[in-house]
Amino acid sequence: MSVTVTVPRDAVALGLGADRIARALFAGAERRGLDLTIVRTGSRGLLWLEPMIEVATAQGRVAYGPVTQGDVEALLDAGLAEGGDHPLRLGDPEKIPYLARQHRLTFHRCGVIDPVSVDDYRAHGGYRGLEAALRLGPEAVVGAVRESGLRGRGGAGFPAGIKWNTVMLAQADRKYVVCNADEGDSGTFADRIMMEGDPFCLIEGMTIAGIATGATRGYIYCRSEYPQAFRTLQEAIANGVAAGVLGDDVLGSGRSFHLEVRLGAGAYICGEETSLLESLEGKRGIVRAKPPIPALKGFLGRPTLVNNVMTFTAVPWILEHGAAAYAAYGQGRSLGTLPIQLAGNIKHGGLIEYAFGITLREVIEDFGGGTRSGRPVRAVQVGGPLGAYFPDSLLDTPLDYEAMAAKNGLVGHGGIVVFDDTVDMAAQARFAFEFCATESCGKCTPCRIGATRGVETMDKVMAGIRPAENLKLVEDLCEIMTDGSLCAMGGLTPMPVMSAITHFPDDFTRGGDLPIAAE
Amino acid sequence: MPRHEPWNAGRAAEIVAEHGHLEGATLPILHALQETFGYVDAEAVPLIADALNLSRAEVHGCITFYHDFRSAPAGRRSVKLCRAEACQAQGSERLHGEILARLGVGWHETSADGAVTVEPVYCLGLCANGPAALVDEEPIARLTADSLSAALAEARS
Repeated sequence: MSVTVTVPRDAVALGLGADRIARALFAGAERRGLDLTIVRTGSRGLLWLEPMIEVATAQGRVAYGPVTQGDVEALLDAGLAEGGDHPLRLGDPEKIPYLARQHRLTFHRCGVIDPVSVDDYRAHGGYRGLEAALRLGPEAVVGAVRESGLRGRGGAGFPAGIKWNTVMLAQADRKYVVCNADEGDSGTFADRIMMEGDPFCLIEGMTIAGIATGATRGYIYCRSEYPQAFRTLQEAIANGVAAGVLGDDVLGSGRSFHLEVRLGAGAYICGEETSLLESLEGKRGIVRAKPPIPALKGFLGRPTLVNNVMTFTAVPWILEHGAAAYAAYGQGRSLGTLPIQLAGNIKHGGLIEYAFGITLREVIEDFGGGTRSGRPVRAVQVGGPLGAYFPDSLLDTPLDYEAMAAKNGLVGHGGIVVFDDTVDMAAQARFAFEFCATESCGKCTPCRIGATRGVETMDKVMAGIRPAENLKLVEDLCEIMTDGSLCAMGGLTPMPVMSAITHFPDDFTRGGDLPIAAE
Repeated sequence: MPRHEPWNAGRAAEIVAEHGHLEGATLPILHALQETFGYVDAEAVPLIADALNLSRAEVHGCITFYHDFRSAPAGRRSVKLCRAEACQAQGSERLHGEILARLGVGWHETSADGAVTVEPVYCLGLCANGPAALVDEEPIARLTADSLSAALAEARS
């Protein structure tokens, strides 16, 4: 009987040699006359254990990791096919505490199934949400999304049900569903893991959105930095069309939904929804002024539902299990689960799907196990390059939209980047401006000019040229950018800058105060 | 075997025509041209403008807005090094200095032998396993100067 071994094809696993491992397994099995079937999956998100391979045994799956090509022969000799003992043996992957204590609602199939197989997806509960949606009808679907408390997971946290309702009620000859898969924030990779590991979850979520809003065409705008995710999506969509879960007759319902994946071109700003729509239309990714909102006048001037990958992928579970079951997770106005991405200088980095309300410290210490370098944690950036840097004293803040805002931070897309005590926070503040200067679309002055002036002024601060005076200028500039920018790019760049200045003031006076003649 | 075809206006016109029916066809066309020729030749601008009923300025503006599109051929291999925060936290800045010195190039430059073009990128989504790079389209996690050299030495599969 053939033994099935899963080897991830997730970008992290590939980046650590997963293809070489798969080839070595194949060759080693052949030499031994072993009947081995290798299935390429996504990642479960235990990223320090990647490449993590799993073998299906009579007692369930047994995981091994992190595996290198050089381990393969020894693993086969140790009886990998029967789940044999070896120093890399991790046992039942679902019992690894890091995974076992999570609330895997959205990500429960990632790393388990063949990502591009419709049959595998359905065998693991896929398309029950869409079946429910077809039974319920548009108004009840939108009602369920509203009652679940789901908020836009891209960063803005806008109630998804309100957006869906607006698009549903809009009258037009055509409507669109657009997925923002331009996951550009450093420290975030939940969208990528989902698109590479369970793309049908996204496809199902978008199809449900199409049925609910009356849109018959959808686009996924995937960033070009994710070539693996792009190809997996293309493959999944083609298989979905062949299987009749996409196209003119979705699941035999007579309803039509066509989906296409489009590739971005390396512009961070295209993660902003109006800029994304411009780009999708084939233009420069310049931010649009709102109103009109995209829900009424979006892609090609038609009502368009734009949501993030994580927003769409939460929906199938909500429709399968009910809004109340989803809203039972989380706290206050932050309901459901947040896919937290733990990254940077961290021992056990990975994807942690957990109910809102878990504190930063629990994530970093209990899950992450501290820094990879072994040095103390000094700063933690939460929510991407436009998110605040938090010092140790703020690590007991719960991950919750309102609680983070109360500490002048944001949840963003749920990325947490850990820095140890070697970090220079003035350099990080300077980088925030530099990044904004590189990626600003240029439409509004505070962002376009402010970012460049910010870099120049930070350079003076760091060189010790009238630091107190120049730091005051930086603070003024931040105020102008916050108040005067058209979108979050310029509006939030001050957040990392000001949080660094506020919480790590010592780093901004190291340059000393040079005599004016030195300027 | 060269990765890209030499510029050919006839072939480019075919590519433009293949994609012209798409809603918002500009980016798919530019990607297809760059995949074929390795860059977007200036001669493509009027071709695209005519096919999509746009002004040349609009097409030119689009090409220059996005980091991905090149107006001249690059080296035989493309290396994108992540300079974003999560990789910074894992020592990317020092590593990049070492890599650039070893290749004898600066950012956005091509090595003298035309072998490699190095560009910065802001996040590859490999943030828990950094520093990260993309060589052509293959990811490298836990990047070192040696692992990059090894990847560049490998024959392209």
